[in-house]
Amino acid sequence: MDIWFFLIQVLNGLQYGLLLFLVASGLTLIFGIMGIINLAHGSFYMLGAYLTFWLLQSVDSLLLAIVLALPISAAVGYLIEALLVRVLYRRDHLDQVLLTYGLILIFNEAQRMLWGGDVHGIKVPAALDWSIPLTDTLSYPVYRMAISAVCAALAVGMYLVIQRTRFGMWIRAGASNRDMVAALGINVNLLFGAVFALGAVLAALSGAIAAPISSIGPGMGDTVLIICFVVVVIGGVGSIKGAFLGALLIGLADTFGKVLAPDFASFSVYAVMAAVLLVKPRGLFA
Amino acid sequence: MSRLPRSLSILLSVAIILLGAYPLFGDVLFPNKHAFLMQKLTGIMIMAVMAMSLDLLVGVAGLVSMGHAAFFGLGGYMLAMLSPEYSAANLWVVLPAALVVVAIASAMVGYLSIRTSGIYFIMVTLAFGQMGFYFFNDSKLAGGSDGAYIMVKPAVEILGVSLLNLGDKRTLYYVGLGALVGVYLLLRVVLASPFGRVVSAIGVNENRVRGLGFDPVAYKLLAFTIGGTIAGLAGFLAAIQYGFVNPATLSWHHSGEALVMVILGGMGTLFGPAIGAFVFELAKMGFESVTEHWLLPMGAMIIGIVLLLPKGVGGLLLQLFSGRSKMEGGQ
Amino acid sequence: MTRISRRGVLQAGAAFATAGLVPTRFAIGQTAKVRVGLMLPYSGTYAALGEAITSGLKMAVNARGGKLGGREVEYILLDDESNPGKGPENASKLIAGDKVDFLVGTVHSGVAMGMAKVAVDTGAMLIIPNAGVGAATGPLCAPNIFRTSFSNWQPAYPMGKVAWDRGMRNVVTISWKYGAGEEQLGGFEEGFTQQGGKIVKRIMLPFPNEEFQANLTEIASLKPDGVFAFFAGSGALKFVKDYAAAGLKSIPLMGTGFLTDGVLAAQGAAAEGVLTTLHYADALDTPENRKFRAEFKAFSGKEADVYAVQGYDGGQLLAIGMDAVKGDTAAGSRAALIAAMEAAEIKSPRGAFTLSKAHNPVQDIYLRQVKNGQEIVLGVAHKALADPAKGCKSA
Repeated sequence: MDIWFFLIQVLNGLQYGLLLFLVASGLTLIFGIMGIINLAHGSFYMLGAYLTFWLLQSVDSLLLAIVLALPISAAVGYLIEALLVRVLYRRDHLDQVLLTYGLILIFNEAQRMLWGGDVHGIKVPAALDWSIPLTDTLSYPVYRMAISAVCAALAVGMYLVIQRTRFGMWIRAGASNRDMVAALGINVNLLFGAVFALGAVLAALSGAIAAPISSIGPGMGDTVLIICFVVVVIGGVGSIKGAFLGALLIGLADTFGKVLAPDFASFSVYAVMAAVLLVKPRGLFA
Repeated sequence: MSRLPRSLSILLSVAIILLGAYPLFGDVLFPNKHAFLMQKLTGIMIMAVMAMSLDLLVGVAGLVSMGHAAFFGLGGYMLAMLSPEYSAANLWVVLPAALVVVAIASAMVGYLSIRTSGIYFIMVTLAFGQMGFYFFNDSKLAGGSDGAYIMVKPAVEILGVSLLNLGDKRTLYYVGLGALVGVYLLLRVVLASPFGRVVSAIGVNENRVRGLGFDPVAYKLLAFTIGGTIAGLAGFLAAIQYGFVNPATLSWHHSGEALVMVILGGMGTLFGPAIGAFVFELAKMGFESVTEHWLLPMGAMIIGIVLLLPKGVGGLLLQLFSGRSKMEGGQ
Repeated sequence: MTRISRRGVLQAGAAFATAGLVPTRFAIGQTAKVRVGLMLPYSGTYAALGEAITSGLKMAVNARGGKLGGREVEYILLDDESNPGKGPENASKLIAGDKVDFLVGTVHSGVAMGMAKVAVDTGAMLIIPNAGVGAATGPLCAPNIFRTSFSNWQPAYPMGKVAWDRGMRNVVTISWKYGAGEEQLGGFEEGFTQQGGKIVKRIMLPFPNEEFQANLTEIASLKPDGVFAFFAGSGALKFVKDYAAAGLKSIPLMGTGFLTDGVLAAQGAAAEGVLTTLHYADALDTPENRKFRAEFKAFSGKEADVYAVQGYDGGQLLAIGMDAVKGDTAAGSRAALIAAMEAAEIKSPRGAFTLSKAHNPVQDIYLRQVKNGQEIVLGVAHKALADPAKGCKSA
């Protein structure tokens, strides 16, 4: 394997990992603050992609479509929290798993009723629709780099929010205890609703920015969900930093797994997870 | 686990007797659908076995597994891989072999997962389940993502005399019923044993059990292994029934369905999850027949159960019947 | 109006169940309805394909006054969910529960295998309107199993010679690691190496993984003369887009028609120049095809595609068989029914075809190319190609 080939594959792995981080961050955030395990997280990823596709039929710009899709996703997230999830805070994880599993079924069926079973694609916006030549045969799509840049910027942003703000302090305090949060004089319902909506937005944003380089179709949320679980488990449930490292690790494992051991590509990701758990049963940064 | 109220025991026995008699009168009741319904019921009884095995983990030991289908699927795959292509496998060889492999796999997964608890346990079992899914999905071992066929059903003979013809639908029906009743009784015996009492106590308060000088990890691991192995038995039977295995049998969706059955039926009651399997499958059949968007009512039903009926049908029955006979309030 | 409503179907089913106390057996020559069981995907990724096949088949029957061999037709629709685990169960449900005279299905090869297996066990008449799994007209072939679509080997094999004739010597093949992928790549590789070409590397991805970037990088480092790919649906859409975005457009991309059919518009400029082979092309300029496409549009409100054609031909095949036995589906006429279907020459929108001894179409394979966003027919890549039906004992 020559050095260029290796470096480009590292780039591929990092790019995939950064995108995974963005999806997984919402999942781990919701758990970290609210103590809720949300299986329907992948459905928000799907929602973001479909909303962007749908809005693009009325507006011209991908950016505008994404910007419009986010408040809708936030509203859906907030409503679900207020109507359903709120009941679950005093229940155990099992009930959360089941309720959000039921939500997945409803989301999948709603998607089919609203947008049908066809597979759709979105054009990469013209300004980013070019590639940087790397070798004589290979070039790297600029849009993929743009995605990485957005994800990296958001990662830095999240780090700053968590380290420097009051909101971040609550997160670091492990605000999963409602009574304690209320004792701090915070409107718990509002905070939790906002966090759940934020998680939904992060997933929807990932789905939306990935839409031009992925295909939008039924069941797209399920695949993402499982890989996010792996990321979160590796990183430590509730830890943003862990999700970041876990995502990069999985991105690289997946990329090199495909090239070096194609027969065990999907398997390699789970092998990494098992290895981490052997050493650290609660993930890298729990 | 406490004894069932007598009236409930009688009710369940009547239900089992009715199930046992169904092949005799089904043809009269549903002349056109009988063969199909008998197959369907066989499948449901097998799923009921799986639901009960999951109840041992979820309802009794407090281990919420989202990867239980992996053991179900593995049981089926073992049959597919151990069966010769064009002749019958010997059940006395393949069944124990399959169960041993599933038991080893559950012990290994259990060993890694039980070190975690709560939400980690859910996520880790989910991920291990998917690992199993991808193992069969990606490898050429048994047809990859296309699945594999079992062309000839295993032979059940002693000294060359055929005891059961598993190709016969009615025979298979009774095998399913036998498994349902047998596993239920077996699990009740297990739970009544000293081991079972410790496992039940772990489900209620693990720290106290530890304080009493037991090692919860060992008990949980054994319970996990027993549950996984029984799920493997269910998968093995399902593979006999359909003559086909594919990776979807290991997938987390399948695990999720089994969990729903457990909750729907009432976790920790053993008989409840079996009822849950019937309610779940029949509801699905019903929804499918009313609307093409059947996932919608299905999802709504699951959410409704979580919100309104957290103790499930079994919990409801126990409540109804415990009024009449004395019963020392569940666990 | 042809949108499938499972509700309608199942209401019919419910009526059937309540009438169940009356035996529905009927004597030969009576005018009870012919029961056609359509076991197709009506939900999930392949839902559109299932609906196209259903519309095509119904259109063929409607063209004959809605009758088969003089008998009215009752359709029993069942969503197979593209779930192979339920394939045998669902097929048995239609055969044993609904007592269908003909079973038609399906799209997914794994499900079709289950159906074929049940058909072999029960002797039920089965028409496969899409799934290309080789075994159905190979090792599992049977007098009562017919296919109006293709075998996976069939559309891929002719591309081997096309690639060679265009000067390619070293080619990379890529697909998902599952039965259809193996068979399609196998078809191409057989055709290409027969000419003397070399397969530099065969890349098999886990199904249905759609993150191709790592493998595209690998292809770029191998620098082949061409790439042959088999993907379908969302995978095809994404692969072609990623291929172009990775700067690989200087290496010709080939595939079977599934690489572009149905997703061409969504692929946009990325699909420009892609070469495909298939037994049909939307742009096929024949009077039969133009007429079919216009009628299908009027009938279903949608543009016809290869799936609609395969469904339509399934309907035609049924009609030919049923006409020959004057609607008699009793066991005594079975031999005559099968003989008539075997001998049928189907006037298909794809061009007339006959059936091989293994009951797979012997058909022309067209070479197509995307030019200015349109699929253009370049010509016939292989005339009257028959699947070798490896492992079929009756062929």
